[in-house]
Order: sequence, then C-alpha cells, then structure tokens
Amino acid sequence: MNPLRVKLRGSSNMILKTMWHNIRRSPYQAFTAVFIILQTFFVVSIFSFAVWGSAMIINYFESLPQVDVFFRNEAKQTEIDALKKQLEESGKTASIRFVSKEEALKIYREQNKDDPLLLELVTADILPSSFHISSVSINDLSSIADNLKKSLIVERVVFPKQVVSKLIEWTEVLRKVGIALVTFLVVDAILIMVIIVGIKISHKKEDIEIMRLIGATNWYIRWPFIFEGVLYGIVGAILGWGLALGALWYATPFLSTFLHEIPVFPIPPTFLFLVLGIEVLLAIVLGGISSFMAVIRYLK
Amino acid sequence: MTCMIKLDKVSKKYGTGVFALSEINFSVDKGEFVFLVGPTGSGKTTIFRLLIRDLLPSTGSITVADFDIVKLPHGKIPTLRKKIGFVFQDLKLLLDQTIFENIALSLEIAKVPKADIKKRVEEALEKVGIINHKDKFPIQLSGGELQRAAIARALVLSPDIVLADEPTGNLDLETSWEIVKLLESINEKGTTIIMATHNTEIVKNLSKRVIGLDKGRLVRDEPPSRKASGVK
Repeated sequence: MNPLRVKLRGSSNMILKTMWHNIRRSPYQAFTAVFIILQTFFVVSIFSFAVWGSAMIINYFESLPQVDVFFRNEAKQTEIDALKKQLEESGKTASIRFVSKEEALKIYREQNKDDPLLLELVTADILPSSFHISSVSINDLSSIADNLKKSLIVERVVFPKQVVSKLIEWTEVLRKVGIALVTFLVVDAILIMVIIVGIKISHKKEDIEIMRLIGATNWYIRWPFIFEGVLYGIVGAILGWGLALGALWYATPFLSTFLHEIPVFPIPPTFLFLVLGIEVLLAIVLGGISSFMAVIRYLK
Repeated sequence: MTCMIKLDKVSKKYGTGVFALSEINFSVDKGEFVFLVGPTGSGKTTIFRLLIRDLLPSTGSITVADFDIVKLPHGKIPTLRKKIGFVFQDLKLLLDQTIFENIALSLEIAKVPKADIKKRVEEALEKVGIINHKDKFPIQLSGGELQRAAIARALVLSPDIVLADEPTGNLDLETSWEIVKLLESINEKGTTIIMATHNTEIVKNLSKRVIGLDKGRLVRDEPPSRKASGVK
C-alpha cells in the first residue's frame, strides 16, 4: 500500500482511538453534550416539519378554485336564486352549490358531535345560508368575489386568496419564531459544548503535557477533541431528528383528522431525509466550531 | 568527535528573580555518557528542560543535534523532542494506558505505521527486560519496572540523545545498578546519554565524565576516571 496512505490511515486511527478513549473516560459529559445538541436539532426538525406542513396547506388552498359566499339573514330565496342565475350566466363558474341554514346546521352538528355544549348553543337561525362556488379558472376567483361583494344580500365572501394570505402571515410568524428559537438554542449549544470540551481538556491536562513532552504537535492533541465535538453533533442531530420523527408519527392521526382533506400526510421520505442530511451537516459545523473554540481557548 | 549538545554562557533566571543557572558552558560529544551531578535544586532538571525547549534560557545559546534551541520556531519543537529520549524524574507514564500503549504513544505521535508499532514496542520492551508486563497498567508494576518502562519509551524512537533525570532516584541500590547497566548498554550502541543523579555510589563506580552543578553554577567537569571500579 502507498506509504502516505498508510501514514494517513495511521493518524486517523490514532485520532479516533484517542477520541473514543476521551469519551469513555467521561461518559456523563459526553451524554450532556449529545443531549444539548439533541434538543437543538429536535426543535430544528419540528420547525422544519411545521414549515413543510404550512407550505402544503398553502398549496392546497392556492389550488382550490372556490369562493364561499355567506348570505345575510334577511336574504330571500328568490334573491338568492336570481344571484345564482346571474353567476351561471357569467360563464366563469363551474358549479354552484347552495347550502341552506338547515344544511349548515347539519354540517355544524356533524363537525361538533363530540361537544354537546357547542351543539346546544347553535341553532339554524344563527347560521348563514351560503353558496360554494367553483370557478372554471383560479384567475376568475377575484372577479367573482368582487362582483358578489357588491350584492346587497351578501354578508361575507371568503375565497382562497384571503385564506392563503392569512396562512402566509402565520407561516412567516412561525418561521421567525423558529429562527429565533433555533438561534438561541444553537448559541446555547455552542457555549455548553465549549465548556464541556474545556472541562475534558482540563481533566486531561497531565496527559496532554506528557504528549507534548514526547513530541506531540498541537494539532495531534487538538484533533481528537475536535472530532469528539463533531461526533457529539452528528449523534445529537440524528437523535433529535429521530425524536421529532417519532413525535410526528405519534401526532399524525390527530393532525390528519384536524386537517381533513388537506394532503399534508404522509410527509415524503425524501423530504425527511433531506432534513436529516442538512441537520447532520449543520451538526458537523456546530460540533466542529464549538470544539475548535474550546481547543483554541484551552490548548494554547 | 561530533558535538551533540553545546551550552554557551547559558543562564536561566526565573520570574521570581532566582537564578536557576548562571553562565553554564559545556558540550557533549556524540556517543558520550555523562553524569550530571549536584544536590537538589542545583539546576540539573532546568538544564534538561532547556535541552528539550520546555524552557528558554534568559541568556546564552544552546545547540542540540543541530537545533538552535533559542531560535527554534515553535512548530519545530515536536521534531526536536522526537530526537531526544527523555526519562522523566516522575516517569510521566499515562496511568490509564497499558505499558504497551504508553510506549506505542511515542511511535503514534511520530506517525510510525501501525504495522511497525507492535514490533518496535516489543523490541524496546525486550531490550529493557519487561516484555512480560506489556499488557499491565503502570499501577501494577514495581518502581524498577516502571523506570524500565520509561526508558523503553525514551528508546523506542531510536533517539540520538537520551536524557535521564534521576532514573535511580527512588530505587534500591541493586535495581539502580540494573538501570544504570541498561543505560550503559544503550550508550555502547552509540546513543549519547546524560544522566542526572545525586547517587555518588554509582558515579564513583563508573568511569564516566562527570559534570557537577551547585546552586546553578558549573563546579566540576571531569573526564572519565581510570580508577573507577566498574559496574557491580
């Protein structure tokens, strides 16, 4: 074998051996370091899944060519029928479904069948009758909605543009909160890792001194600590991701029921593994930076 | 003769203002065996620490195997140290590693291929007579055996120079002689040896050059004596 390859393999073996030795000598510190990284990447994973979910919900609403029109209480059936005829004649509507007050109550009762208190409070009188209109093209939604708003019998018009903009607003808030929380946790993890690696270096002060006296270079001593930090990062990221995946799996039945026909689940494995890959890369950087800071600080 | 070590007007003043060494001049040729003698605090260990660039002199110049110690860049210190085998007064063995691992460490640091490490460690342990203890931890060995392990570590990289700081310090006379005989046999193969000791019995009975220190000053530099009775 090429002598250089033998030499390099020997060095990396030595680094890994020393690293493993360091971990075995202080397992509680190793556990703490992994746990801190795990927390950070658990939160990163949860926010990644949440952002994915929000994107899917937004996509769903964006692809729905539908306008919901709620009528005033005083709207007469003849006026409603006239409006329906007018809409059909415009050629922009694919279908118009009328939902009467009674039907609305039926739907409401079905949705809240497990909550008798909510059922008691609501009667058909306080629920509006409505149209559920599908447009031929999503581009017609705005003009249909604008025309309907002019009608005197119309109380409220809801169409995806409003829902989508509301969802985008919420997603933006979610993203900002996520970034702030993750930044806080990353700084926290880096500081704690610097302290843990620093303590490990202090514990090995005598061994380090011996190694130096028999000819070890600074980097020979530093590399195992840096690799140790990277290893904590990788293990913490994989465990954090796994834990978040477990939480997602546990919550899937509830979330699926809550989201009805919105196709968020199942989250494609490619996305999940993409998140894992990015997290592992981030963890390598995070673990490497923290332990590098520690060795520069404590191994001058 | 090739000069291996040269100290020229070397002084070392510590931060407290105390002079550990004052105007020391001597040189050691390749293949020489030198006793460095003097009472505790006379400056023996300070000289060794200067020779491996663990300390810098306050004034003067030091040359060790073509390395100018004062001008040596920081990055070259490990290279210098790999050329010097050091038997430390307090041995400095890693207590949580076996004797084999302790000795292999020097080779691993020098990036010796793994395949050669086993062979070389076993050779060194064979040479110092503790091959049977290779898998034991330092705490399981006697004082003499530990000293041999420290010597094996100093020898394993086949250095040009071996510095032994009080290698017989805590040993009985019989074991001390065994250690000295071992160092002498290493010297016979061409390795330069400086052994710090205050064991007058050993110094008197061996025909070796003696450099004496007292309160940081060179007080004696005697060539090998013909009267010495030889190794017991």
